[in-house]
Order: sequence, then C-alpha cells, then structure tokens
Amino acid sequence: MNNNKQEIYLSARNVTKIFGMGNTRTVAVDDVNLNLRKGEVISIVGESGSGKTTLAKILLGLINETEGEIYFQGEKRKIRTQGQKREYWRNIQAIFQDPFSSFNIFNKIDSVLLDCINMRGGRRLPKAEKVAMMTEACSFVNLKFEELTNKYPFELSGGQQQRLMIARVFLLKPKILVADEPTSMIDACSRATILDMLMQLRDEEGMTVIFITHDIGLAYYVSDNVYIMEHGRFVEGGPAEDVIIHPQHDYTKRLLNDVPKIYEEWDLSTV
Amino acid sequence: MTYLLREIFRSGKFVVGFWIFAAILLTVVIYPLLVPDPPLAIIGRGTFFPPGIYVNGYDAVSGTPRYTLNIRDAEDKRIEGKLTADDRAAMQEWLVAAGTPEAEINIEDTQALLDTWFATFDPALRLPGMTNAQRNYFIRLNGSIQNLLSTDDIIIAAENPESGEMEEIDTLPPSAYVNVNQVPNVRVLPLGTDNFGRDVLTELVAATRISLQIGFVAGFVATLIGLVLGLVSGYVGGWVDDVIMFITNLFTVIPSFVLLILISFSIGQENRGAFLIATVIGLTSWVWTARAVRSQVISLRNRDHVNLSKLSGHSIFHIILRDILPYIASYVVMAFILQISSGILAEAGLSILGLGPRTTEVPTLGLMMNWAMIYQAHILNKWWAYFPVILAIALITFSMNLMNTGLDQVFNPALRE
Repeated sequence: MNNNKQEIYLSARNVTKIFGMGNTRTVAVDDVNLNLRKGEVISIVGESGSGKTTLAKILLGLINETEGEIYFQGEKRKIRTQGQKREYWRNIQAIFQDPFSSFNIFNKIDSVLLDCINMRGGRRLPKAEKVAMMTEACSFVNLKFEELTNKYPFELSGGQQQRLMIARVFLLKPKILVADEPTSMIDACSRATILDMLMQLRDEEGMTVIFITHDIGLAYYVSDNVYIMEHGRFVEGGPAEDVIIHPQHDYTKRLLNDVPKIYEEWDLSTV
Repeated sequence: MTYLLREIFRSGKFVVGFWIFAAILLTVVIYPLLVPDPPLAIIGRGTFFPPGIYVNGYDAVSGTPRYTLNIRDAEDKRIEGKLTADDRAAMQEWLVAAGTPEAEINIEDTQALLDTWFATFDPALRLPGMTNAQRNYFIRLNGSIQNLLSTDDIIIAAENPESGEMEEIDTLPPSAYVNVNQVPNVRVLPLGTDNFGRDVLTELVAATRISLQIGFVAGFVATLIGLVLGLVSGYVGGWVDDVIMFITNLFTVIPSFVLLILISFSIGQENRGAFLIATVIGLTSWVWTARAVRSQVISLRNRDHVNLSKLSGHSIFHIILRDILPYIASYVVMAFILQISSGILAEAGLSILGLGPRTTEVPTLGLMMNWAMIYQAHILNKWWAYFPVILAIALITFSMNLMNTGLDQVFNPALRE
C-alpha cells in the first residue's frame, strides 16, 4: 500500500495559512507537509478547530495558502486563471461536511448533475445519453433518478443529499477526492453506506481519497495513512497501523482514549 | 415561490401597505381615463377656487328648464348665506352704539339679529361720536339688508341688436329652481383650483404618476448601482473591494441631499427634466444598498454551496448571478422598495427648494408643494392646494414602508411577533 514507487499525485510543502492580522492573527495551518500517492486513502484526524477543513480548502484550491507550495502531479500547481482552476478541479473534487448547506437551494437536482457532465465535456451529448449517465450515477449511490428529477436538493434527507454529492463525484471521476467529514452530520446507518460508497469509488474508479475526520476509529477503518493534526500542525503521521496501534504522541493517545469502546470502561477523566 | 407569496400575503402589514399602494396605482391609472383633461390646463381665471360643484350660471338662467319649488326655509337660508360676517359685525357695532346691551346680540342668529336691527335702526338718529361718513355707511348697509329681504323677481334683460335698447327677456322669481342634472355645464372640482386656476385633483393624479415614475427610476438606478458594486466588492474582495469601499465611504460622508442640491443646481433650470432628476437622485443614494449588499455577500461567499459551484467549474459571473444573487434577492427587493419611497421624498424635497424638474411640462408632488408655498396657500388658508399633496406623499411612503416591514418579517422570522 505505502509504496514509494507509486506516483505522487499531490504534495504540500511547508503550507501555512494565517487568517487576520495583528491581534486577530490566527495560524490555522502551520508548516504542513503532505504526500499523496495514487490510489491511497489518507486520513487527516484532529479535533474541531485544528485546521483540518482549512487544509482541505487549500488543497482544493478554494482558499490560497499564505506560505508554502502545492505540487500537483510533480508540477507546481497553477490556479490563477479561471481556465487553470477549471482544469485543476477536473482532477480534484470534494464532499462537504454539511449536506444541507452544500447545494444551492434554487437549483434542481438535474442541474447539479448536468453541471458535472458539462464539466467533463459532455455539453453537446444527446439528451438521452445525459439522462443515462445521470441514471447510472444515481443508481451507483442507490438513488432513483426518475424520482429525483425536477426535485430540489432540500427535499431529500441528509443521507440522500450526501449520496447525491457522491453521485456528483461519480460523474466527475476526479483523480483525487477530498471528503471533509462526510459522515459527521448524518446518522450511523447512513454513515456505513456512505463510507462503503467512498471505498467503492477508490476500488472501482481508482480514486485517491483524502478523508478528513475527527473520529480516529473511522480513520483506522478506511485509511492507508493517517495524519494527526493539532493546532494546525501534523504531530504524527504514517501508516494507519503504526499510528493507531502504536501511538507516539500524547495528543494521538488522547484522541484514541476519546473513542468509546464497547465492553470496556470509558475513562472520562482524561477527556 | 407560491409558498413564499402566500407567506408574504399572510403578513398583515404587507397586505395593508399593498392595498394602499394598489389603490394609489389604480387611481393613477383609471382617473386619466375618466377625466382626460390635460393636468396643467388653466381652467379658472383667478387663484384658489375652493372645492365644490361649479354650476354654470349662464346655462342655469337661460335654456335650462326651470321649476318652482316652495321650500319653507329657502328665504332664511338665502339671507343667512348673503349676510356676510362683516355686515353682521357692522350691525352689532351700530346696535351697541345705539344702546343695546352687547350681551343681547347674537350675530350668529340671523333672524334675531335682523329683528333687533329693524326694531332699532333709525336713519335719522345721530349717535354721538359718529362721523357723517359712518352714518351714511350704516344707511347704505340698511338699504342692502332691505334688498336682501326683497322678494321681487329679478329681471333678466338683454340688448336688442336692432334698437340697441335693453329689453326684458325673462324674470327669475326667488322660488325658481333648476335641476343640476339638466344644466349642460357642471364641473365638479373636488379639490378646487390652485394658484394658476388649474384643477387640483387632475393635477394631483398626474403629479402622483410622475412622482411614482421618478421614485421608480431613482430606486432602480440606486438599487442597480448599489447591487452591482456590493456584489463585486463583496465577492471579489481584495483591492477591488478596497477601491469600491473607498468610493462608497466618500459618498457616505458627503450628505447625499447636499450633493443632490449641488448637482441639480449646476444642471440648470432649463435642462432639468423629471427623469434627469430621477437619475440624479438614484446616482446619489446607492451607498447604503452597496454596503448592505456587500456585507451579505461576504457572509455568503464562503458557504459550501458557493464552493460547490466553484468546484463545478462555474465562472465568477455565473456564481454571482446564480449562487449569490438569489440568496440576497429578498433583501434587494426590500431595499428597492425603500429606495422608491426615499426617491419620491428626495424629489419632493428638491422641488420645494425650487431645484426640481422644470415647471412647464409635468407636475410632480414636489412641484405642487412648491407652487402652493410660493403663492402662500398655507397663509391664505387654501388647504386644498397643499394638504392633499402632503397626504399623497405620506400615503405612498407609508404604504411602501409598511410593505417593507411586512417583507422583513416574512424573510427574517426572528422579527415576527
């Protein structure tokens, strides 16, 4: 899994993000280095406010880093013009934390999916073919396109909306998927389905996944490499087994202790 | 959409405001169809004719069928109407001088006053301290009062075109009546005429129409500028935001009304059309819309749905138009309504100062106020020349503010009671 011969898709070198100036200066991401190889799943684990989402947005190119460089497929990332951004976003896509605020409430589900087809150059395809593509994407996430057409995203449940997000990714087939706490806002049953679909994307489409979560148990379950983030820094990182079975850093140990275990007494004193 | 409309029309404040505004709009549309006169046509020779039904006197005397009605108190009413307040005061003055106690004289009670007068008045009596001229005045007053009581017919005479002599053509008894419906020329002036002799109601309706148009154009210009600047500066950010906010802050500290006065003055009376004024009002009042829109956009631009739209490869233009604008549309509609009403007020303010549209073409509510003020309608107690105008301005702005508050309650559930 952790094979150095594999192509490095995305790497972050000394990435730092600072919000505000003077007294309100906040270092959200502090000198982060990250290598992402083709086909692997990495997890970034940390508590709220540790800078996970900011890092994800920097990797996605939604906000600019204050310092440092991002390399994409071995070259320095260029996302200055709209065209360059479009090109970059053909390769990297995201699933956001809150499905209820992820969609424009004025756009129908059809247009959300059509946007994806258009982005992959399918603007001139015949209508029947577009419908076939959308139907396929919906059936991948166990949704029925016939029932969704002409509906608005807010008419769906949270789990359904998150699945719609995955259907987007399925249509776009990016090389890298950034999943920013995709399961934290939905119930436990839907969570397993969503995770299963993400794994399916990796296995069937060969997608590389950056999985961001506060749940270290979940990270262990899905990822090859785990990075532990505290106050904007990576305090520990490496293969999932190493980090989670043999944690070195106190923060990692604390995070591990915070995971409730069935059949074991939960020591709340350290929480 | 239908749900939103239903919610809006469930808000009492909005509905009241909406119906007032709809009534004003309907009046403005329907009235000119019923009374197609040009609003600035001068119909009265003289200033400030009071409100009422104007029956053509010539037509009423000649050519209209005449009826004889014997009505009990017709005589009393006639005398009461003809005996002016000045005459009554003069009668009281003589009676007091002749020794009648002042407390016994009630100048409001016409019959009692006349009875006392005829019982006491003696043309030969020389009261101490009264000049000859004064005595003659009272004798003439007595004569005219006698005339009032006369029940003789009035003779109507016309010149004979052949002999040039005046010949009696008709007589008019005190009991003669005409039916107003049969008089060919009757003009109802519900609000009388103004200082130029123009029908105030017709003028008012036309002025309301023009003022609404001015408000609409001003509101449209202001909202458009404010919206575009707010969207661009809020979404793009960076130095673009800095430049736009610098300009906006400049306009914020300069009172817009002073700016409006200066621009209006420099354009010159001859070049000031109603729509030029409207545009100028719009150009000076976009500031608060721009600031408000900007802050709304800043709170929207980092939302996930905007990020998703970016990730879907949409252009900035598309994102602003489709992902930002719909979310602030309700706010923009509210701002637009407020801008219309403040545009109407700004026009009225400018016109009162004499800096409004030039006066020869169209009336506006502000111009009507200006005319009424210059011709001192307020000092002369000619309320009909200015009060309806104030009422129209107040009703328009009231209805718009009410609609705005109603919309605010619908869009901000926290404000609901």
